[in-house]
Amino acid sequence: MAKTSSTIQVRSSVKKGVATIKCLVSHPMETGLRKDKKGNLIPAKFIQNLTCEHSGDTVLDAELNGSVSTNPYLKFAFSGANDGDTIKISWVDNTGEKDSGEFEIPTRRR
Amino acid sequence: MNHHRRILLKSTLAASATGMAISAGLLTPKAVLAAWNASAFEAKSVDAALTGAFGSTSTTESDKIKLSAPDVAENGASVTVTVKSSLPKTESISILVAENAQPLTASFDLSPRTEGAITTNIKMGKSSDVIAVVKANGKLYTTKQQVKVTIGGCGG
Repeated sequence: MAKTSSTIQVRSSVKKGVATIKCLVSHPMETGLRKDKKGNLIPAKFIQNLTCEHSGDTVLDAELNGSVSTNPYLKFAFSGANDGDTIKISWVDNTGEKDSGEFEIPTRRR
Repeated sequence: MNHHRRILLKSTLAASATGMAISAGLLTPKAVLAAWNASAFEAKSVDAALTGAFGSTSTTESDKIKLSAPDVAENGASVTVTVKSSLPKTESISILVAENAQPLTASFDLSPRTEGAITTNIKMGKSSDVIAVVKANGKLYTTKQQVKVTIGGCGG
């Protein structure tokens, strides 16, 4: 059974062996450069690394800065995939918080 | 697993320097473990970010990279940027915003199976050139596009 994740949402599909992954992560992505109303810096909290694994390969290894939008969205594609394959997406932020989830690429309705 | 391998690879490169730093008590273990390339991401200029990320600032303009971003972004807090590279052996795609306090926004390492196309949302403090840098077959290629921002996305 695939491990789902509360912070990662995935939409995926496969066409002719090429999987297209759309991934949305719930995360504040605070740069550490912003100030609150009292003029105090809001501490940085942003995802630094996000990876996507598929059948033993890291197909995407992203390093992000705080300047990626709040609730980061990523779309990418890779070949060598089949209907029903599982991908694993993991992230870790600058405070050490992390999450990961496994997602099945759904079989296309015909 | 892969995470550890990655950390190992990166730290091997910097092993001698980091080892000395640890023994001197300069770095906390947390800082040592982070695979995140601080010298590139915390750089304040595009050139410094490129040097931190690739060790070089020499890039070639290429029309084989397609950068799609809006000409005018109504909200700088979320600007959708797509980079497509049709260069053979595309190894990585990086997105920089020239006028942001820290230009390097995101860097994507791609496996040989991964298509050279990435879409993501970025923040822009003000109107700026958005720069895509693609590493393909060991060389750096670039293209850029001006994006006008009407409301900044960095609390400004």
